[in-house]
Amino acid sequence: MQVAVDPLLVVLLLVNFFLLGTSRLRALISGSAAQGVLLGVLVLSVHGGITLQAVLIALATVALKSVVIPSMLKRALRDAAIHREVEPVIGFVPSLLLGGLGTGLSLVFARTLPLAPEHAGSLLVPASLATAFTGFLLLATRRKAITQVVGYLALENGVFVMGLTLVEAMPFFVEIGVLLDLVVGIFVMGIIIEHISREFSSIDTTRLRSLKE
Amino acid sequence: MALALVLVPLAFAAAAAAMPGQRLRPWLLPVGGSAHLALTILALGRPDVSAINGWLRLDDLGRLVLAVVSVLFFACSLYAPGYLALRTERSNRVFVPCLLIFLAMNTLIIESQHLGLMWVAIEATTLSAAPLLHFNHHARSIEATWKYLLIGAVGIALALFGTFFLAYAALRAGLESSLFFADLVREAPRLSRPWLHTAFVLLFVGYGTKMGLAPMHTWKPDAYGEAPGIVGTLLAGALTSCAFLALLRFFQIIAAAGEAAFARQLMIGIGLFSMAVAGVFMVRQRDYKRMLAYSSVEHMGILVIGIGIGGAGVFGAMLHLVNNAVTKGVLFLSAGNIHRAYGSKSTDEVRGALRRLPFSGAMFLAGFFAVTGSPPFAPFLSEFTIVRAAMTQGHAVVGALFLILLVIVFIGMGGAVLSVVQGDPPEHKPEGFRDRLGTVLPIALLMGIVVLLGVYIPPPVGALVRNAAAFVETKP
Repeated sequence: MQVAVDPLLVVLLLVNFFLLGTSRLRALISGSAAQGVLLGVLVLSVHGGITLQAVLIALATVALKSVVIPSMLKRALRDAAIHREVEPVIGFVPSLLLGGLGTGLSLVFARTLPLAPEHAGSLLVPASLATAFTGFLLLATRRKAITQVVGYLALENGVFVMGLTLVEAMPFFVEIGVLLDLVVGIFVMGIIIEHISREFSSIDTTRLRSLKE
Repeated sequence: MALALVLVPLAFAAAAAAMPGQRLRPWLLPVGGSAHLALTILALGRPDVSAINGWLRLDDLGRLVLAVVSVLFFACSLYAPGYLALRTERSNRVFVPCLLIFLAMNTLIIESQHLGLMWVAIEATTLSAAPLLHFNHHARSIEATWKYLLIGAVGIALALFGTFFLAYAALRAGLESSLFFADLVREAPRLSRPWLHTAFVLLFVGYGTKMGLAPMHTWKPDAYGEAPGIVGTLLAGALTSCAFLALLRFFQIIAAAGEAAFARQLMIGIGLFSMAVAGVFMVRQRDYKRMLAYSSVEHMGILVIGIGIGGAGVFGAMLHLVNNAVTKGVLFLSAGNIHRAYGSKSTDEVRGALRRLPFSGAMFLAGFFAVTGSPPFAPFLSEFTIVRAAMTQGHAVVGALFLILLVIVFIGMGGAVLSVVQGDPPEHKPEGFRDRLGTVLPIALLMGIVVLLGVYIPPPVGALVRNAAAFVETKP
């Protein structure tokens, strides 16, 4: 029995639009943290009860995605002394429109995939695709390293939502392994961001352009 | 045994991290590499190697890839102390443990029979390789590491997406949803088709990014160009082979579902495209390390074309997996020596390597002939097998394109290589780098394998390759 899954997913989709539309990096990180909390609640509601496994995964998700990673990113932001995303490759309004288009297409595409009876009519699959698409858009069209990391997080969140359809199938330690890999990955990216800002006195990745054909 | 293969390198990594002092730490690499090689040889002699309720098992494909990875790492570990002794200005406190973790995680990919665990291991190799790429700590290496991490992370996220889709395909079919490889192959005919196709495309893009197939290869020239030679070897020989193994696991599932034609078309298309992209970027390439990266893109293309053709092509691809890895070792390590001696990667500045570094220069030249498929070197045999399979199995157009692209690559790569090795070296710095035993012996070892496999395949190696090909081709 699953409670309030779809309303939570709708909120998740709304946060996607917030991520695409905001230019302030601090707000961007907060939006990403909010998605982490949503995912934690989603884990509990999809598991349909308070089992030890569900609680542990929900706690780990919230701790990593809403506390550890955002605080790491905020520290990087403070050290680099920047506040705004400037001149994205695609402007904020067009990227919102693209995000809307992507969400619509996700809904259409998910309809072509036959769902198991227990997920019929659920928003899990389209929400997962749309969130991953949002992440992809942020990754590809923004210039600040921090925004790209947030984009990667959103991409991972999309994959995570897809994983929620498989709660019975995924062994506990694989799920934890996935989370752990994510946090180590972000940690390594954080270290590299620090090196970028020290070396180039900026975390604008357009300065990373000496390697090309 | 299966567990020891992963845990022993990890133990050496822990020891290396705990060890104080710079000078002795690199010597843990040859010790750890030898231990891993010894365990590998023992494991290959046993009929069944498994651990943790079948989560880890060495199957026939795994045996071949494990042998390749272990030999390649062993050669690199012999090279490492000599190389790191030249780089005393940089701390190796992170570098040495990360190399050993990288070996452990590659072994874990090979042994994983659970696709979720395999994903975790592949992600771990990406992460352990990041500090290796970043070893030089200059602006260009930061740029290369950032691109590698970001593109790799996206690829790996798509692969996880695909893995979930595959699991959902099983769930949708009302099966006890499981991500165990053997279960999925057995139940494949009942998997939901739309999910299976979407899953395969996502996985192909995801793990194809790790392999460096075009158009997902963009991280490769930067990463290989900036990485130390030893890291380039391990990325181009070991990690790409493991990513290929991951791809083959999913190919086997989709083939067992009776949808092999779909996968084969995709593989031939992407494979030819990779070779073409490599050819285009190799012509007039001025950076000889980036050129090697494009050569790697080309050979990844050859591998998937072999699988796409099927039949004898699969055997050719398995043989080529071995040959490519070993030849890449020769090329990257000798290119590393040349880079050390001249302090430049540009063909405008590097000339006369045959005179300045008689051994490394000669090996670089011989490696070029080997990798472009000239007889009597080993890659000739495997590439010839694939072309013949294409011609006799009704893929004549593919075979013809394959040959044309090989010629283009030969010409493109030849220009750069010849300008590096020929001519008079710029004025000599007497204190500069020279060929020494430590940085030459591993290259000679790998070159020995390339020549040996080109003229005579020892029966145990032949059996490994044949079994792996039979394993990939089996229809349950």
